[in-house]
Amino acid sequence: MTNSSIVMRETRYHQIKAVLARLRLDSSARIVVLVDKDGQQIAVHGELGDLDTTSLASLAAGNVAATGGMAQLIGEKEFPTLSHEGEKESIHISVIGRVLLVVVFDDRSSLGLVKLRSKQISHELATTFAEIERESAAAGISLPFSEITDEEIDSLFSYQ
Amino acid sequence: MTFINYASREINCKIVYYGPGLCGKTTNLQFIYDSTSAQAKGKLISLATETDRTLFFDFMPLELGTVRGFKTRFHLYTVPGQVFYEASRKLILKGVDGVVFVADSQEERMDANIESLYNLEENLRAYSYELMKLPYVLQLNKRDLPTAIPSTELASELLRKDEPVVEAVASTGVGVFDTLKAVAKQVLTELRKS
Repeated sequence: MTNSSIVMRETRYHQIKAVLARLRLDSSARIVVLVDKDGQQIAVHGELGDLDTTSLASLAAGNVAATGGMAQLIGEKEFPTLSHEGEKESIHISVIGRVLLVVVFDDRSSLGLVKLRSKQISHELATTFAEIERESAAAGISLPFSEITDEEIDSLFSYQ
Repeated sequence: MTFINYASREINCKIVYYGPGLCGKTTNLQFIYDSTSAQAKGKLISLATETDRTLFFDFMPLELGTVRGFKTRFHLYTVPGQVFYEASRKLILKGVDGVVFVADSQEERMDANIESLYNLEENLRAYSYELMKLPYVLQLNKRDLPTAIPSTELASELLRKDEPVVEAVASTGVGVFDTLKAVAKQVLTELRKS
């Protein structure tokens, strides 16, 4: 792999989900999504409906990457937060280390409240994710794919 | 960067289609999208200009099936091929697990192929990745065109290591899934090693 894989155990996943649920409640948001900077969705909580969160994650990462590129052009390291305000729905994104916290909210909340609550939990999320990274890198972790066979890989393409 | 989630029993990998402008990167994704069942794919997102040239990237998630109880999901991206989108192109490579280089077989695009491949290696190095160590496939696209140069000649200019070479006509789907399979297999094999 190009860099270390992220391996998230169930306990960590539930820990992160609980933080997202708290943020959603405290900020009166519709949806809270945690995304890796590479565009992978890590966890999501809220009124999902038929929202395509996989695409949202990918586009949020692209958005942050593009604005980060602009930041560097003008001599900034990055823009730590991004906000997009629509007529009814809005999005606030915070960059927390290698993850992005994406909050979707409507007129039941406000940008100020979402910013404040996001900032308040950013340290907790950063710490948790740092632990996940440490665990992922730790020696001795047994991945489900270490004994995968060629036949199993081939079987994935059997429909073609 | 592969992401393995034990709670949702999923593994997610990122594959990027790279190559010069108009070589057929988006056409590869479009064919995969059109040929897979609704359950196996998400939306195909295209951030394109009004003239349908890729502006930032195309993206589609594809679920291949289950291995050892884990759903394997591949996130397929293309980069904008036009030279002046260099800054955007580089961003898409971040966290990549496997790369497909789509070469345009037409003689007049040979220089563009070489320049784009050089650019790929340079952009990978910026993230401390090395093409030589990365799951990688060379696709020779547009084999149906009368101006296509012999595949051996094309490959001799563009081969970087012992990567699989797939001859393709992405517009009709020839070689498209063979390419995807070749790169996905390498990515999964790498996971076994890690």
